[in-house]
Amino acid sequence: MKKSNEPFWWALFGAGGTLSAFFIPILLFLYGLAFPLGWLAEPSYEELRSLLASPITKLFLFALIFLSLFHWAHRFRFTLYDGLQVKHLNELIAVICYGGALFGTLAAGWILFI
Amino acid sequence: MSSKITLEVFRYNPENDEEPSFQSYEVPCNKDWVILDALNYIKDDLDGTLSYRWSCRMGVCGSCGMMINNEPILTCAAFLKDYLPGPIRIEPLDHFPVVKDLIIEMSDFVEKLKRVKPWIIREEEPSLSEGGYNQTPAQLAAYKQYSMCINCMLCYSACPVYGLEPEFLGPAAIALAQRYNYDNRDQGKKERENVISQDDGIWQCTFVGECSAVCPKNVDPAGAIQRYKVESTTNWWKSVLMPWGNK
Amino acid sequence: MKFFKPDQYVIYYKGYPKLYIRVKPIFWWLKKWSSFFFILREMTSLAVGFYAIVLILMINAINQGPEAYAEFQTWLKSPISMALHLLALALALYHSITWFNLAPKAMVIQIGTNKVPGFIISGLNYGAWVALSALLGWFLLN
Repeated sequence: MKKSNEPFWWALFGAGGTLSAFFIPILLFLYGLAFPLGWLAEPSYEELRSLLASPITKLFLFALIFLSLFHWAHRFRFTLYDGLQVKHLNELIAVICYGGALFGTLAAGWILFI
Repeated sequence: MSSKITLEVFRYNPENDEEPSFQSYEVPCNKDWVILDALNYIKDDLDGTLSYRWSCRMGVCGSCGMMINNEPILTCAAFLKDYLPGPIRIEPLDHFPVVKDLIIEMSDFVEKLKRVKPWIIREEEPSLSEGGYNQTPAQLAAYKQYSMCINCMLCYSACPVYGLEPEFLGPAAIALAQRYNYDNRDQGKKERENVISQDDGIWQCTFVGECSAVCPKNVDPAGAIQRYKVESTTNWWKSVLMPWGNK
Repeated sequence: MKFFKPDQYVIYYKGYPKLYIRVKPIFWWLKKWSSFFFILREMTSLAVGFYAIVLILMINAINQGPEAYAEFQTWLKSPISMALHLLALALALYHSITWFNLAPKAMVIQIGTNKVPGFIISGLNYGAWVALSALLGWFLLN
């Protein structure tokens, strides 16, 4: 039988799930709630800019965004298939999900590294 | 303690019925009766036409699995008093075609068990004079949990993926394959890999976890599947990144 | 309501002329709490994807200068952003908790005849989560 290529997507899903599980809650809490609501003092624009200039930050953010998007793509694709039983659209859903994630990844790479 | 409890039982007679129906029976609610006892009482005293499978009545044969109030349970393990005041809804196991009343067609399940090659595969069999295989307790512990499966199919009824995609290999079959993969006497992991690491094998599983939740023997098929996903992924990446390894 | 008949069962009709096939309804996941929480767990991926996009937008805003970033900060304070972020945070937390609780299933370590108890592996993950979050938080606040 033909070898399945699912391990590729599953590896991205797993890595994305792990990174997002560790880092998204704190980032979301700080930048989405604590800073806008003034609960905590947020870094100034210059500080953020210099932070973004560092290659470590760039790599970390790229990895986080890239893997989080593919985590979403893989999980959402299966949920549509199982939960909503849109089997006949299977190929289309896979293209939309992974394609969308790829588009986001390319956008992230562009704004971070170029 | 009330003395009676009502059972609403799924009835389907292929000779006469186009659609199934439910029939209510009132059975005595004895404090140490299980649902299987109630079904036997119905068959003996109330309605001899009711058909269902059962055998050991003690949770080791795996014959008496049914949907009790939408949960897949062994009827020999479900006490009537836990369902008071009732009524108790009894249906055949989910996700399988119904042959008659509470009996389901299980050929799909049996075929999948066979597909994973559930036997010790060796490149060379040692001769009888060399004696038997010896196993340390640690080697036994590596696969023992997965060997406890009684083929009751509750996990297939609980698995929404199997219900939605019947070609899915399923929890028990993959746990059985793992039972042999982790057995140090076995050398057939590669042969089984071609069967389980397929799109209709482990990769269809979305780790719902219901299979392990309903398993009466704590086989934990969900864990078996996830462990194989990790292993299969590592192997896949190794074969892609280091293709010079032997296939 | 039957809207999907699995063809695979056709081969088993031999000897059984009228198998009754029950079909899973499209809202099968609303019938049991466990099914609902499973779908909810899968839907947390939307929160993860949402925040990845927010991060892209934020980095883009920072790149384009202080005015662009100030505009982005204003949007962050809007009620719709607040509502989305609150929902996303709840879902992200649910994702983290379910992810770390399931980690021991994928990573089984056997020592002698015993397996390392699941709560140790989960516990280590939770510990790492707290440590990493604290580290990142401290780093960003200073």
